[in-house]
Amino acid sequence: MEATITLHVDGYRRELTVDTRTTLLDALRDRLGEYSPKKGCDHGQCGACTVLADGRRILSCLALAVAQDGAHVTTAAGLAQGGGGPHRVTRAFLEHDAYQCGYCTPGQICSAVGALSELEAGMPSHATDHPDAPVRTTDAEIRERMSGNLCRCGAYPAIVAAVREAAQ
Amino acid sequence: MKPFDYTRAHDPASAVQTVAEEPGARYLAGGTNLVDHLKLGVAAPEHVVDVRGALDETVTELEDGRIRVGAAVSNSALAAHPLVRSRYPLLSAALLAGASGQLRNAATTGGNLLQRTRCPYFQNTTTPCNKREPGSGCSAREGHGRDNAVLGVSQECVATHPSDMAVALTALGAEVRVLGPEGERGVPMPGLHRLPGHRPEHDTVLEHGDLITAVDLPALPLAARSTYRKVRERASYAFALVSVAAALQIREGVVADVRLALGGVAHAPWRAHHAEQVLRGEPATEEAFRAAADAELAQARPGADNAFKVPLAVNTICATLRSLTTQEDR
Ligand SMILES: Cc1cc2nc3c(=O)[nH]c(=O)nc-3n(C[C@H](O)[C@H](O)[C@H](O)COP(=O)(O)OP(=O)(O)OC[C@H]3O[C@@H](n4cnc5c(N)ncnc54)[C@H](O)[C@@H]3O)c2cc1C
Ligand code: SF4
Ligand code: FES
Ligand code: FES
Repeated sequence: MEATITLHVDGYRRELTVDTRTTLLDALRDRLGEYSPKKGCDHGQCGACTVLADGRRILSCLALAVAQDGAHVTTAAGLAQGGGGPHRVTRAFLEHDAYQCGYCTPGQICSAVGALSELEAGMPSHATDHPDAPVRTTDAEIRERMSGNLCRCGAYPAIVAAVREAAQ
Repeated sequence: MKPFDYTRAHDPASAVQTVAEEPGARYLAGGTNLVDHLKLGVAAPEHVVDVRGALDETVTELEDGRIRVGAAVSNSALAAHPLVRSRYPLLSAALLAGASGQLRNAATTGGNLLQRTRCPYFQNTTTPCNKREPGSGCSAREGHGRDNAVLGVSQECVATHPSDMAVALTALGAEVRVLGPEGERGVPMPGLHRLPGHRPEHDTVLEHGDLITAVDLPALPLAARSTYRKVRERASYAFALVSVAAALQIREGVVADVRLALGGVAHAPWRAHHAEQVLRGEPATEEAFRAAADAELAQARPGADNAFKVPLAVNTICATLRSLTTQEDR
């Protein structure tokens, strides 16, 4: 079965006809040629496919493209747009060498952008002392909030350092 | 993956009508469990009815002091809601102990309750599994059994329910609002999820077409001093081996009231009624906590690989209650 949908990807309106079985990840990569979201596990277990949908980080491998009809999707590549050079999170990843092979990196960066806005909004995490306590940006908070993004190269210390810097 | 039709429902009643009439139709909310099952071949609906936009996305206080959580409220929004953080910290804590930030943003209250077991044989369509294919046998009984249930197991199925949120709702005694072809009804927790018995293919008491529209949290002052403790293989982003949701009220050193539920140990989130009963009126001491936990776990029937869950559950109950005796009032 097919459906025609509209996705706003990195600021551009894209109309496409997809099989209803297509995930957002496959629509972005295979249909729209947006290769920054990566396919790691395809089962919600690694975070490589993380994008922002209407400003919130989600896993594009577990979202049906048809269910995202009308959504504004931002990929790591799209964060750079707007004339101001790389996004502050992307810059922090570069400065801290927060990768080795780079495969998990676009997902890490989108996840960090989402995590930082959740922190700014005062949303608690498992690392917060008590769900009702004020939220502080500690390394424990950053590690917990980034735990949905695995890095097989083990660049974790540099990733935490990059997110810490971007938070300031 | 089998082809399917996709429609977006605009209101709960029409969604129920569509799904109730079509045996091959299924609801879709956040998709974080169903889409995975479509890929694995565990689910093969002919029609996917997206209800996310048709269901309530708000948390509201009712006139009698209860809190109503719309079925489309995301797991992250619920955990961060001021009323939940202050009145039901165990619920915020349970939600925040589950999955990852990305998953919690997509996952909904209704979908979280109805997520299916993570039993590896259930998720692998090449192995026998009574839950996926009734009558085919249970691979987990003789197979890799570390994650299996220890309470309320049956010959047919030893799977556990994976939700953290459901454990907190079970401790609270929440009520699930359900809209079915015959109208609306409330299903209490515990009571939504079943023990496997001879029919492990049924996770819950809901029938085809039943739609969860909301979850009501009772006004429960005791819940202000409550918490959730989860023991898992790694510090984050892993399902529970054992978890405990607890609320405790102490007056002059004596347990005036207590709520206790366990996760990771049974086919349903497990309300520890027995332990609660033993504990009420006892001094709030380590010995009393241990006696209550031992009493609850006396019914455990572990297999060859998961006997560790019994002392782990006892110790986790004690540690959780102990942490509540020292927690300051907020
Ligand atoms: C890698 C990974 C790790 C995870 N870790 C955890 C964890 O540690 N703890 C935890 O608790 N969970 C965990 N989860 C599971 C996650 O919490 C669930 O997938 C999620 O809560 C399901 O919600 P959803 O809205 O996405 O449901 P969906 O996938 O949309 O639906 C799930 C089921 O519920 C049905 N359904 C949905 N909404 C309704 C409704 N309103 N009425 C009736 N039926 C409905 C659907 O038909 C489907 O059968 C994890 C998931 C993944 C992928
Ligand atoms: S424990 Fe239940 S879900 Fe797992 S294989 Fe046995 S029947 Fe299937
Ligand atoms: S590819 Fe989506 S989480 Fe791994
Ligand atoms: S940089 Fe290689 S997986 Fe993270």
